[in-house]
Amino acid sequence: MQIVQELLFVIAFGIAVYLFSQQARQIRKNILLGRDEDLTDHPDQRWKNVLLLAFGQKKMFRNPLVAVLHFFVYAGFVIINLEILEIILDGILGKHRLFVPVLGSLYPVLIGLFEILAVLVLVSCAIFLIRRNILKLKRFISKDLDGWPRSDANYILITEIVLMTLFLTMNAADQNLQLRGSEHYVATGHFWVSGMFASIFNGMSDSSVMAVERTCWWLHILGILAFLNYLPYSKHLHIILAFPNAFYASLEPKGEMENMPAIQREVQSMLQPELATEAPAEGAEIPKFGAKDVQDLTWKNLLDAYSCTECGRCSAACPANLTGKLLSPRKIMMDTRDRVTEVGKNIKANNGTFQEDGKTLLRDYITEEELRACTTCNACVQECPVSISPLDIILQLRRYLVMEESSAPAEWTGMFSNIENNMAPWKFGPDDRENWINEMNS
Amino acid sequence: MHIKTMAEYAANGETPEVLFWVGCASSFDQRTQKITKAFATILDKVGVKFAVLGREESCTGDPARRAGNEFIFQMMAQSNIQVLNMYEVKKIVTTCPHCFNTIKNEYPALGGNYEVIHHTTYLQQLIDEGKIKVKEGGSFKGKKITYHDSCYLGRANEIYEAPRKVLEILDAELVEMKRCRSKGLCCGAGGAQMFKEEEKGTNRINFERGQEAVDTGASVVAANCPFCMTMLTDGVKEAGKEDSVQVLDLAEIIAESLK
Repeated sequence: MQIVQELLFVIAFGIAVYLFSQQARQIRKNILLGRDEDLTDHPDQRWKNVLLLAFGQKKMFRNPLVAVLHFFVYAGFVIINLEILEIILDGILGKHRLFVPVLGSLYPVLIGLFEILAVLVLVSCAIFLIRRNILKLKRFISKDLDGWPRSDANYILITEIVLMTLFLTMNAADQNLQLRGSEHYVATGHFWVSGMFASIFNGMSDSSVMAVERTCWWLHILGILAFLNYLPYSKHLHIILAFPNAFYASLEPKGEMENMPAIQREVQSMLQPELATEAPAEGAEIPKFGAKDVQDLTWKNLLDAYSCTECGRCSAACPANLTGKLLSPRKIMMDTRDRVTEVGKNIKANNGTFQEDGKTLLRDYITEEELRACTTCNACVQECPVSISPLDIILQLRRYLVMEESSAPAEWTGMFSNIENNMAPWKFGPDDRENWINEMNS
Repeated sequence: MHIKTMAEYAANGETPEVLFWVGCASSFDQRTQKITKAFATILDKVGVKFAVLGREESCTGDPARRAGNEFIFQMMAQSNIQVLNMYEVKKIVTTCPHCFNTIKNEYPALGGNYEVIHHTTYLQQLIDEGKIKVKEGGSFKGKKITYHDSCYLGRANEIYEAPRKVLEILDAELVEMKRCRSKGLCCGAGGAQMFKEEEKGTNRINFERGQEAVDTGASVVAANCPFCMTMLTDGVKEAGKEDSVQVLDLAEIIAESLK
């Protein structure tokens, strides 16, 4: 009987890990569809960002109360992995609470701490559900989230509550069996939280309590394995990608826009031909100016898209969004992810090559009106807890509109020609620049 | 006072201490010219040897680049860098955070390397060095002042404290808006929005910000940017407070308070 359980566990575990790694590979492939960009300079600063932003969740603390609740869920997740490690080893080896002999009197302390965290996770998730569904916080009722994204968020919270409840129930049953002196259930010492509830099983027979314990054990671990495979389809993927995303975050001042060497070269050959750096070889592919679809964005933009947890702090701070314009930085990220996932599927279905599907990120997902409304104020970039830049994507799409399609509002076209002809965005000649000087000098 | 251009300095074989990069907005508009004049007056009064480029200055290319027109940006940037390098400019001070950001962060990639300082930081340095002293009981005594963080000085370059320190030397009460520092709200002009109508929405960004400034009860809104100046002035007007709430640049406030 024991060997059957072990076998079943190994099969379930193997399938879960295999499926997850397949999905993880697909996402990696999708991200690498983006343009290349080297983001490995200043490794010390990058690791500091990982520590502060991802591990330390520094930006979350811009909103301290939510940050504390989120920190509980996060710490619960990270630390409870130790417990899951024991469960997995127990499952494979057919043991029960493998770490008891190793850890001795430390064991119940550790489990006690896990249990407290489990309660905190439970409470936090319940509060999060209330904020989303009963208090209906503005950034959670936005139409960006209509449909799947809203259910996704609720599924995650409910699953976490169920998993924590299973964990605590399992421990309570275990504790009850320990007190009965049941053979298989080694005495561990008192569990801090579940120990208080152990007596609720007193009226049940040994085998019934064991059935409860086993059922909870199985549901708990199968739930975790299922959740693992849910991640790649969910906004919850941020629990993994927040870390690399913090590492690869831009270290440049937020106001700096990426240079375009191709255009720099072209203009240089006009203005100072003697200085112009060598032009690319004849026949080299002419680069597209700006981005029209996800393949034109950088891989970091696409990593950003998969790291987005749709919290909406960006949109809540966006001046355009706040004043009722169509632009929502969160939607920019969600659109980018939807599109890159679609492109990835297309490539997979067509044996590794992309078949034109008549769609692009620009227009089919993100409209000109959205792009036009951005003031480049960087509020969205500032607010993102996981170092995403919606602005970078917006600006690359704007470049495509203007440089490839010459599509700009008439006022902008006027502004461009004023700059070109008068060296100023307004219709004033260069001599007018000295008007104030003449007034002061006279 | 005699404002000298870089060309005049060069003709006399002299080099100024610092180049005052005026920027388009502060060159042409009657209202924002006052910022330029106020800052020039301060520099003159404290004895800083400065020059302007005059007609040799061009748009930095900021609005073109952010609207998506990299060609125009490169044309402006490269020709400006040619001029700046020709005059061997080392140090630049500017009253415009957009010019500041572009010259400081974007020109180096194109071969333009200068020490670039925004005028609020420069004012703070002059105060720290004891060169700027203000009148006791000046016109801002006892007044409530609220400071508007421009996006391009604040979030884009993380300069939040220098302008506030400048205001602290006045005998005034500094009150913060609900959204300030890194949480500040845009005036609505950045990213080339200054040059076109806003998209359809429920409100205008500058009206929202103007109302927020008015809600602090301050009688002076301190700005650090000619674009914010224009936007906030309209915003305060929309809130019906143009008679009781003044929008002033830090340079104007300091110029008026100079001993």
